[in-house]
Amino acid sequence: MKQVGVKRFSFSRIFMYLFLTLASLFSIFPFYWMFVMATRPSAAYNSIPPTLTPGNMLVENFKKVLNQIDFFGSMWNSVVLCTIVTVVVLFISSLAGFAFAKFKFPGKNALFIAILVTMIIPPQLGLIPQYLIIAKAGLLDTLQGVMILFFLNPLGIFLMRQYISESVPDELIEAAKIDGATNFKIYRKVVLPIILPAFATLGIIVFTATWGEFLWQFTVLRDPEMYTIQVALASLNNTFKVDFGMLLSGVFWATIPLVIIFLLFNKLFIASITEGSVKS
Amino acid sequence: MVFAKTLYPIVYLKRGVKMASLKRKHLSEEKKDMISGYLYISPFFIIFLIVGLFPAIFSMYLAFQKWNGFSPMEFVGLSNFKVVLTDPLFWKSVYNTIIMGIFGTAPQLIVGIILASLLNQAFLRFKQFYRVTIFMPYVTSMVAVALVFSVLFSNQETSMANYIIGLFGMDPINWGTSEWGTKIAISIMVFWRWVGYNTIIYLAGLQSISNDLYEAATIDGASKFQQLRFITMPLLKPFILLTVFTSTVGALQLFSEPTVFLGNNAFTRNEAMTIVMYLYRDAFRLQSFGTASATAIILMVLIVIIATINLLLTSGTSLRERGERK
Repeated sequence: MKQVGVKRFSFSRIFMYLFLTLASLFSIFPFYWMFVMATRPSAAYNSIPPTLTPGNMLVENFKKVLNQIDFFGSMWNSVVLCTIVTVVVLFISSLAGFAFAKFKFPGKNALFIAILVTMIIPPQLGLIPQYLIIAKAGLLDTLQGVMILFFLNPLGIFLMRQYISESVPDELIEAAKIDGATNFKIYRKVVLPIILPAFATLGIIVFTATWGEFLWQFTVLRDPEMYTIQVALASLNNTFKVDFGMLLSGVFWATIPLVIIFLLFNKLFIASITEGSVKS
Repeated sequence: MVFAKTLYPIVYLKRGVKMASLKRKHLSEEKKDMISGYLYISPFFIIFLIVGLFPAIFSMYLAFQKWNGFSPMEFVGLSNFKVVLTDPLFWKSVYNTIIMGIFGTAPQLIVGIILASLLNQAFLRFKQFYRVTIFMPYVTSMVAVALVFSVLFSNQETSMANYIIGLFGMDPINWGTSEWGTKIAISIMVFWRWVGYNTIIYLAGLQSISNDLYEAATIDGASKFQQLRFITMPLLKPFILLTVFTSTVGALQLFSEPTVFLGNNAFTRNEAMTIVMYLYRDAFRLQSFGTASATAIILMVLIVIIATINLLLTSGTSLRERGERK
């Protein structure tokens, strides 16, 4: 859209950069401020004008966090939860996506539409019975109890079906069949290698969504020893008098790994999230 | 001659067997595919039956029962719905949800479109930097965002939010406990986390529009505004519909942000109680599973209604647009 004769420095351009820079600052500021507060005593909060430079209590505040919650334990719980959920969802979705894309069987279209319809059901509708089922199965306060609900991922099947029907040629499957490969072997040896890029996309979507989900984890996990990081962080704010430096130190250390991963893979990250929502 | 005569039936037979076996193999291949097909989609459906469909149906059953989780259930007809629909706190939560929904999402969509169109300018420098920083809030979890904002918007006179409004000569606000303070703080928090996400969706939409269209329009003498009105807006419409739909449904299900933001006060005060918080409080604080299930069903009906209105409104505007153009 480069146009001839547009001045390099027009007012509208200056305004544009100003607006974008303000938006960027608005987006980054809470991250920076979280870092500042994580390095300051709670008293820094009472100063006017507000403190905007880091102090020297980075370690001390984090020690206070460790006294309050099992930070590393709950981080580990979240990592385990998200990893298992992601792997299982990738497996279930790609297998089902493969079936919907390449096999003929009666009722295929109706079943696929049924899967799309399940996307519309709000997750809160079944919350109470889901909780009762997990309780009955003795899975309260366990990661298994949390993850079973997250295995249900209609979006994954939808994305995988689309990707497989677009990028796995029928001839390749026919050829493998003539060579005598079973269907599952075709899935493993032919389909899987081709759909690895789609795994990256769906994997990022599922991992991020599971990491940040709160309602269900908050409902199932009541025992502090089994907390995931979201529930543990939320519990920091549940005391009457909150130590802000400690609170934001916990949030800071829980957020920073994600931010680093995002910054390293930002292009893949943004593309995945966009693709996931636009395609559906 | 004799030799050939005796050989003939054998050849015939062999061919017949071969054809039959081919046919049988073909059939079994189809059957195999069918079995694999059902087998491969079964994990989803088995899990769906257990933790999706059954709970949804059971919720509808529970909505007509009086039950605290321990004593036997008692059929009470529509009384749970009556209890919920005559509870002022329920209507307060509906009101809160709608207010925070509007303040949290409407500005988000407008600012998102503006940011996306700026980011789409060809001559823009540092594009990647702006894209990444504006998208970054989406990476943080809702709990983390709510905690950071609960400190930024704390009740204290020295809180960041109170300092900033103080610069404009305003008096400090009790962000954590006042009627409008909580709603505004939570709306800003929702805005902050989602505006970048919507910007990226709109940007994807803008980039899918071919440049040729604009060039052709420029040659035809169309002004910038006309280009925006007749090329950008119609082609961006599916993307706008998508974001309006997802953020409306998301707004109706608002739970984590207010719950974590309010901390101790989450289920005892009502300034920012949302519909899902009302449901949660009924179920897990008051052990009233019947009324909570009734609320869940009312919520679903509400979501269906608003989604339908949403679709009708947007298809309505497109009809009007077409009328205008004629």
